[in-house]
Amino acid sequence: MTSKELILKNIRTNNVVQDTTLPDYSNFGLTFEDKHSYFSTMLESVGGKALFIKKEELEETIKSIYPDEKIITSNVEGFSLANFDANKENDPHKLKDIDLAVVKGEFAVAENGAVWVKNRDNRHRALYFIAQNIILVLEKSAIVNNMHEAYELISFGEPSYGAFISGPSKTADIEQSLVIGAHGPKSGYVIFVE
Amino acid sequence: MSILHNHPAKAKEFVANDERMHWHDQALWFVREKRDRISKTIPEWETLRKYADQIKSHTMANLDKYLLEFEKNANAKGIKVHFAKDAQEHNEIVHRILSENNVKKVVKSKSMLTEECHLNPYLESKGMEVVDTDLGERIVQLRNEPPSHIVLPAIHLKKQDVSDTFHKEMGTEKGNYDPTYLTRAAREDLRQKFLDADAGITGVNFAIANTGGVVVCTNEGNADMGASLPKLHIACMGIEKVIPRLQDLSVFTRLLARSATGQAITSYTSHFHGPVEGGQMHIVIVDNKRTPFLQSESYKKALNCIRCGACMNTCPIYRRSGGHSYDYVIPGPIGSTLGTFRDPKKHKTLSFACTLCGSCTNVCPVKIDLDSQLYTHRQDLREMNIISNQKRLSMQFASWLMSKPALFDFAGKIARKVVPNLPKFMIYNRFNVWGKQRDLPDMPKKSFKELYKEEFGNDK
Repeated sequence: MTSKELILKNIRTNNVVQDTTLPDYSNFGLTFEDKHSYFSTMLESVGGKALFIKKEELEETIKSIYPDEKIITSNVEGFSLANFDANKENDPHKLKDIDLAVVKGEFAVAENGAVWVKNRDNRHRALYFIAQNIILVLEKSAIVNNMHEAYELISFGEPSYGAFISGPSKTADIEQSLVIGAHGPKSGYVIFVE
Repeated sequence: MSILHNHPAKAKEFVANDERMHWHDQALWFVREKRDRISKTIPEWETLRKYADQIKSHTMANLDKYLLEFEKNANAKGIKVHFAKDAQEHNEIVHRILSENNVKKVVKSKSMLTEECHLNPYLESKGMEVVDTDLGERIVQLRNEPPSHIVLPAIHLKKQDVSDTFHKEMGTEKGNYDPTYLTRAAREDLRQKFLDADAGITGVNFAIANTGGVVVCTNEGNADMGASLPKLHIACMGIEKVIPRLQDLSVFTRLLARSATGQAITSYTSHFHGPVEGGQMHIVIVDNKRTPFLQSESYKKALNCIRCGACMNTCPIYRRSGGHSYDYVIPGPIGSTLGTFRDPKKHKTLSFACTLCGSCTNVCPVKIDLDSQLYTHRQDLREMNIISNQKRLSMQFASWLMSKPALFDFAGKIARKVVPNLPKFMIYNRFNVWGKQRDLPDMPKKSFKELYKEEFGNDK
């Protein structure tokens, strides 16, 4: 008997766990009158920051936050400050010197300040973690109340990768002191454009 | 042969440093309070717990079906799935995949399963370099210690300890205790390890049957770095990590971080559904003494645990005795029940450490009946006749005495008169284990029964 067969057999033998029905999540979970302001509060509580701007202000806004970053990559349409094309690199290790990644987010979740990223046009998933700083850009209208609504919008048809990102990388492993910037980005902005 | 383990003896070492014990207690209570605050911002919190319990119970009742569905869908995503019946087989599978790919250097993210299987020493004995990348795990790895908490692996250490370790192992400034400085130093060191690694090993928080992918939650982004830079990603999971549908994840991603650290969500919640471009992804699914839980009416729910650590943060014993005193890969209430069920002889003292206060059960996001399990363990251990004679005889005597009301009243009367006048050495001696860290309360003048009679004696 293979280990797989053995495990399945052991699971089926005298399993005393009583079956229950799975929950239904339609119209379930807390909602907010002002999703954007709740999102901002949640994001700030984990060291990130949300900005709300007009589409045409994107470049000057980013320039004012990061005036000195040298190597900038982006997959946001129409963003002209990028000088490094991460998708052109065959090896994600080549992304190690990126100072700033301006990345397209799919939608935001108000209850926890997270943004869903799953971009077909981003070749290397390492980009989200290896860049020293990250800005997630999304449409102002792309926001849901809670995680139940969020998973309604997510699917995995083909081999792929997706993540909820909330704020910059952080740790509190040394005496519970919060330090922003563990392995990944040291700052995390979310910019809503309209 | 299992080496017997003694929680009270190990806890004694920890409580010997009174100041550090109180500091540890406070640090964890702070996390528990954060959990309370954030859980109260969710009006449907109790419904979420009920849903989580339902999802897990449904999955466990149909675990064979969901594992097969997961395997089929993972294969369709280009992921290779392996099954291991025990720790040994798990380690061999991981080693085989690594050596087939000529791997010399591995970066690993937090995984209690690989700790349970002792994967690191196994791979090291085969000549591989294994680097734990979660900062807390890295600290304890450099100190050659096991983690003392499943979410906060270095919670037992002070910044001075970390600074000394980093100075010795990474050459940081001696006496610089600044957490930011120390974290930055680890960042630089580990960043190079990520770039040099040939493979990344991660744990799994949830495996989704209907999509065939796995989810890993971290705040540091270490699992994500380790799984996205090298060409090879191996994810290791226990059979109990599977959940039926993608939308069921909404319940767990809402409960996990809030219960663990009082955060609304971890910084990164990564959904891996296939290898990186031109790379490989493998998932190793491990039993290692998990299936027997499904056959036990008393302990079946222990398998529903999502490893948030809330039960440890709230446990008055864990907070005051430290994770290492449990001498099991998972400490605290959930570890006590898992460990005792899997190896009752070795862990026979753990369920007796419990005060039965029930706080663990109250905070458990998946509603595991932890305190009842620990209470049941004590009776099972007695049945198995493996608890110490001292404990067995004193319990036997107590139950004999309590079953004789007249004698019990009489004994109480004598005790109330005699004990207050006894010299100290007769009360606090080696036969009174209980009295080692505690004083007896003052003896009351009257028994409860006498007081009750005085107050309500005529109300029939």
